[in-house]
Amino acid sequence: MSVDSTIEQSYWKKNKLKIAPWLFLAPGLLMFLLYVIAPIFQSIWVSFYEWDGLSPKKFIGLANYQELIDDRDFYRSLKNNVIWLVLYMLAVPIGLFIALFLNQNVWGIRIYKSLFFFPFVISQVVVGLVFAWFYDPSNGILALIFSIWGGRPPAILADEDYVTYGIIAAGLWPQIAYCMILFLTGLNNVSPDQVEAGRLDGAKGWRMLWHVILPQLRPATFIAVVVTIIGALRSFDLVSIMTQGGPYGSSRVLAYYMYETALSEYGYRMGYGAAIAVVLFLIMMVYISFFLWRMYRQEKSGG
Amino acid sequence: MLKHIRKTVAAAAVTTLLGAQAMAGELVINYDGSDPAPKEAFAMVIEKFEAANPDITVKWNLFDHEGYKTSIRNFLTADAPDVAAWYAGNRMAPFVNAGLFEDVSDVWAENGLDEAMASTAPSMTIDGKKWGVPYTYYQWGIYYRKDIFADKGIEVPTNWEEFLAACATLKEAGITPITIGTKYLWTAAGVFDYLNLRTNGYEVHNDLTAGKIAYTDERIVAVFEKWAELVEPGYFIEDHAAFSWQEALAPMVQGEAAMYVMGNFAVAPLREAGLTDDQLGFMQFPEITPGIPMAEEAPTDTFHIPANAKNKEDAKKFLAFLASAEIQTEVNKILGQLPANKNAEVADDPFITAGFELLSNAAGLAQFYDRDAPAEMAKAGMEGFQEFMIKPERRDEILKRLDKVQEKVYE
Repeated sequence: MSVDSTIEQSYWKKNKLKIAPWLFLAPGLLMFLLYVIAPIFQSIWVSFYEWDGLSPKKFIGLANYQELIDDRDFYRSLKNNVIWLVLYMLAVPIGLFIALFLNQNVWGIRIYKSLFFFPFVISQVVVGLVFAWFYDPSNGILALIFSIWGGRPPAILADEDYVTYGIIAAGLWPQIAYCMILFLTGLNNVSPDQVEAGRLDGAKGWRMLWHVILPQLRPATFIAVVVTIIGALRSFDLVSIMTQGGPYGSSRVLAYYMYETALSEYGYRMGYGAAIAVVLFLIMMVYISFFLWRMYRQEKSGG
Repeated sequence: MLKHIRKTVAAAAVTTLLGAQAMAGELVINYDGSDPAPKEAFAMVIEKFEAANPDITVKWNLFDHEGYKTSIRNFLTADAPDVAAWYAGNRMAPFVNAGLFEDVSDVWAENGLDEAMASTAPSMTIDGKKWGVPYTYYQWGIYYRKDIFADKGIEVPTNWEEFLAACATLKEAGITPITIGTKYLWTAAGVFDYLNLRTNGYEVHNDLTAGKIAYTDERIVAVFEKWAELVEPGYFIEDHAAFSWQEALAPMVQGEAAMYVMGNFAVAPLREAGLTDDQLGFMQFPEITPGIPMAEEAPTDTFHIPANAKNKEDAKKFLAFLASAEIQTEVNKILGQLPANKNAEVADDPFITAGFELLSNAAGLAQFYDRDAPAEMAKAGMEGFQEFMIKPERRDEILKRLDKVQEKVYE
């Protein structure tokens, strides 16, 4: 017993420095493994089964994926995801310009900054509700504006051609605010020396922005782009609040389609939902690995 | 501080222990009627039940109506109550097939329910056994503005030609003939069901929802042809996909629309919005194919005993109590609906008596498209109905798509 403990003690003493960081990491790692990594593999596993969540699972191999290839709703959701990705990126330049506009020292600027940041603070659910009321064809503000010109407003959320754009517009509102904050913090770190030097060399306006300011904002831009891409890919809450994927499924995105097939009132096809989740995961993986790879490279080069 | 925590833990442990002991004479009921009327009705039932059975204490958990549909899947397996509310027909099939509901045929036999509730018995039966007890049902039909009809000189239509003529007269007068809100899809299924029941009859409704008839079958195509006669001239309200069923009540209250194909639960909000019984009327959905027996939609709400229930004996007592004519009379008086027990009395309300007469003479009772068809089929079907109501020119494409879903769902 005593021999054991001395050995243990000396082992601990010898390797203290190596073990300590792992001990500190352990709780976080454990949670990450349990709640992030394990479910990923579980989803992949479930996607090979037919399962309603109650009855026994039935192994069906790749049949769920086969069905996806031939599923019109899947392609429509995928197409909407692409529209989301493209249009959501508008948040980055618009956020940048609002940040540039707000980055000045006038009286009360802090209030304006907070007001611009406000949409990001309120919940997505509230944003969705507010925009749904804007678009309401009988009493919405849009209907009022149209009625001034004597026109009939389009029922944005009930029209298969407009609905996705209507939801993206709602999503852009908080996303722009988020990008703006990222750029505002970035602008704080822009070195005044370089701006001064640029000014001496005769740089002004767009040239100053493009050649002097923007290169220094690169870390902020990078984060803004990544956050926006991920935001676009997991655009679930707004779709759920504003249209529930309707009319007749024309505003579904992959995340919502997955929820609908796996967990909604008429769904409970866990396997099929998991297969959609796996596809969405693979798409996200492209961006996530790019992000990690870049971080890794930056760490290595010390920049 | 530590002492304090220990105390709390100990207290928590004691409470759980006590809780477990209290289970003996306790009956746990999960119920989804979060609206005022169902809540009141149910509180009354429990009060009477406890008075009749002093040794049983009832603990009831009230759920939000929509949230319940998700919760039930969890609590039936994980932490089952002794009695749970649900719906009849195919809606209960997944739970019955997964062995989560208890066979209650004995409750039916012992209390003579097979005879007293003959009209709803088929919708409670799977594999020759009864899986729950119905406590209420309600009629569907057309709710209309009597005063507008009188004003435009329209008689209550009894067949399709008269119905179309009435729509045309209303449309000409600048009034939208039919209001509907299809945002949550199921309202469109009500219209489809009635068009199908009137064009083809009860058998075809059952065969379609059982997957025995294809959607491209000429009989179903004929239903859509009738539907197009309403959609193409614009007899339904515009932008209906933007409204919930409640929002679509507004045009009717304001007199901008004259009819609504709905269930009897629409009467309460319409009255609350200010319509009197002189303004609001009820009519049976008109005949389409002459000579076809008129079947009606009458969704039935039910109570079941989960297979994992702890106190099944008292649960059966509760179901028998709920099935009695006396209790059904009182519950449905508060709910403003119809008792499933034929010996119960019907409330003195023009819409309820009309509904009672309608359903007593019905050639058959359909639950509702999304209760008779399996969930996945129902979802795809109702999306197709909504799409058809907006883009009727896509009919063939929609029907082919539904056939594809049908092949997959019923294999």
